[in-house]
Amino acid sequence: MTYTAWIIVTAALVGLSCGLVGVFLILRKTAMMADAISHTVLLGIVIAFLVTREVSGSAMLVGGILAGLVTAFLVQWLHSLRVQHDASMGIVFTTLFAIGVILISTSVGNAHLDVQHALMGEITFIPFHTITLPVIGQIPQATALLMIVFLVVLFFIIAFYKEWKITSFDPTLAASLGIPVMVMHYLFMSLVSVTTVASFDSVGAIMVVAMLITPAASAYLWTDKLAVMLVLSGFFGVISAVAGFYVAAWIDTSISGSMAFATGIVFLVSFIGSPKHGLLSKYIRPGVHGRIVWRVKR
Amino acid sequence: MLSLLLNSNLGWVLLSTTTLGLAAGTIGCMAYWKRQNLMSDALSHAALPGVVLAFLLIGEKNLLFLIIGAACSALVGAFLIQWITSSSRISEDSAMGMVLAVFYGFGIMLLTIANRSAGGNQSGLDSFIYGQAASMVRSDVLTMMALALLVIFVIAIGFKEWKIFLFDQNFAKGIGLSLRGMNTIYTAVLVTTIVIGIQAVGVILMAAMLIIPAVSARYWSHSFKSMLILSSAFGGISGALGTLTSSWGSGWPTGPFIVVVAAGFFVISLVFGKEKGLLIQYIQLKIQQRQQQAKAVLKSEGVK
Repeated sequence: MTYTAWIIVTAALVGLSCGLVGVFLILRKTAMMADAISHTVLLGIVIAFLVTREVSGSAMLVGGILAGLVTAFLVQWLHSLRVQHDASMGIVFTTLFAIGVILISTSVGNAHLDVQHALMGEITFIPFHTITLPVIGQIPQATALLMIVFLVVLFFIIAFYKEWKITSFDPTLAASLGIPVMVMHYLFMSLVSVTTVASFDSVGAIMVVAMLITPAASAYLWTDKLAVMLVLSGFFGVISAVAGFYVAAWIDTSISGSMAFATGIVFLVSFIGSPKHGLLSKYIRPGVHGRIVWRVKR
Repeated sequence: MLSLLLNSNLGWVLLSTTTLGLAAGTIGCMAYWKRQNLMSDALSHAALPGVVLAFLLIGEKNLLFLIIGAACSALVGAFLIQWITSSSRISEDSAMGMVLAVFYGFGIMLLTIANRSAGGNQSGLDSFIYGQAASMVRSDVLTMMALALLVIFVIAIGFKEWKIFLFDQNFAKGIGLSLRGMNTIYTAVLVTTIVIGIQAVGVILMAAMLIIPAVSARYWSHSFKSMLILSSAFGGISGALGTLTSSWGSGWPTGPFIVVVAAGFFVISLVFGKEKGLLIQYIQLKIQQRQQQAKAVLKSEGVK
């Protein structure tokens, strides 16, 4: 495969995995948790690097998952001490992120990690670090990692589909049915961290938030069915990733930035034009949704 | 020593981060009671494209214009969050997350273009991401300090009105206070604080300057006034100590150090805080247990 093809495949995989995970972020109303985790994953990766002294996929994955879980746990803990939920999130992730940046800029210094790279991602370098897999042959390391993560995410979503559905929409019902809500919460947070770590190389810490939240929020405006929303969100993710790549190549700018921007465009289109919950539909078909009648009368 | 500080650039930078900390701590306290802690995070990220656009339009790094650009794009972000939340089924935190990440992505796109253009690379626009207080020159410092003092002044002069606005909106309406007007001023003050902070602390960590001192102050007082003062004190001290620490190494970013110092204050407050601090709670629990035991012993002896 050519250089460009690998980049597109990688970008599409980022869009797909993030799109799937993002659906539950939106439904569980924990979208900002993605922001928090994507920042703290940086600390996990730095510590993994300091311990192993090499940039290896598995160590980074473990470090990232641990950092994500620690974040989720600390936020929960501070909240249980009656700190407002969003304030506890704000404290935990900014502090852990600050420690990460300090570690990078002081001790790791000019090694393989630098803040710039971690925050912006550098998808153009991905095809250069290849590994050889038994069946597929030569494949970029980050792409292989993303493929595995995508399969893991897909597996967990399908295997616990009913549980996700119930815990996301009605946690109380889930608890009364005997579904371990807290275990599901932490499992989900691990999935978010895994996806974030795998996407880190390609899109960086903050743009991954755009990939996680925006396609899912767009899909949320198109449908009321979970399965359809999952498919749509993944689709939007891939579209934005690929479109973002071409726009970036066209005007020669940051690929990850333009991917994030493309998700914004997809959302804007959905927000205005979606036949179900878009702005236009409310004026064209008043009366279908209760509050729109009021809106038009006003 | 003092004259040395005032003559060197460090002295000026120190002064400005301290003032910034004071202002951020004060307005953060209000954001805390409005329950809009993460709003500051979204707005600071949303300021990035404005900074770069202003730079691209003017072609030089003039802090005042960059701040105006930042304020405009942060306000657009605030408006979008408001609009998306009120006119669709998207929840507020999703809207904030989207605005944050999409604006930031757009900012990075523009930044890459600006860095490629002539002179862009030397402009030090990158310092807006993690904060590099050392890169500020004297005129930047003066601009920043003037705006920070303005913010503190606006809050101090209308202290009573702010208090009513935050805690009893019905009463505020009753005495003829315009809620819409107060909200507008509040947003303006919040955005001003955020945009003057992004040069020193960076867009990513600016939110911490607003959130952490306020929550720390909560552990020491129930009164709004003393919480406000404490919060701004925490902010100011964190700003000063963080800047001093980061000046030890060359090229160390200022923002993260300020945040870590602020987080240190938070941990101290969490453990030793007078109101609901962990240690106090633990001691109270122990005393209660002791009393219960003593009562039980007395009772059992009495029965005998």
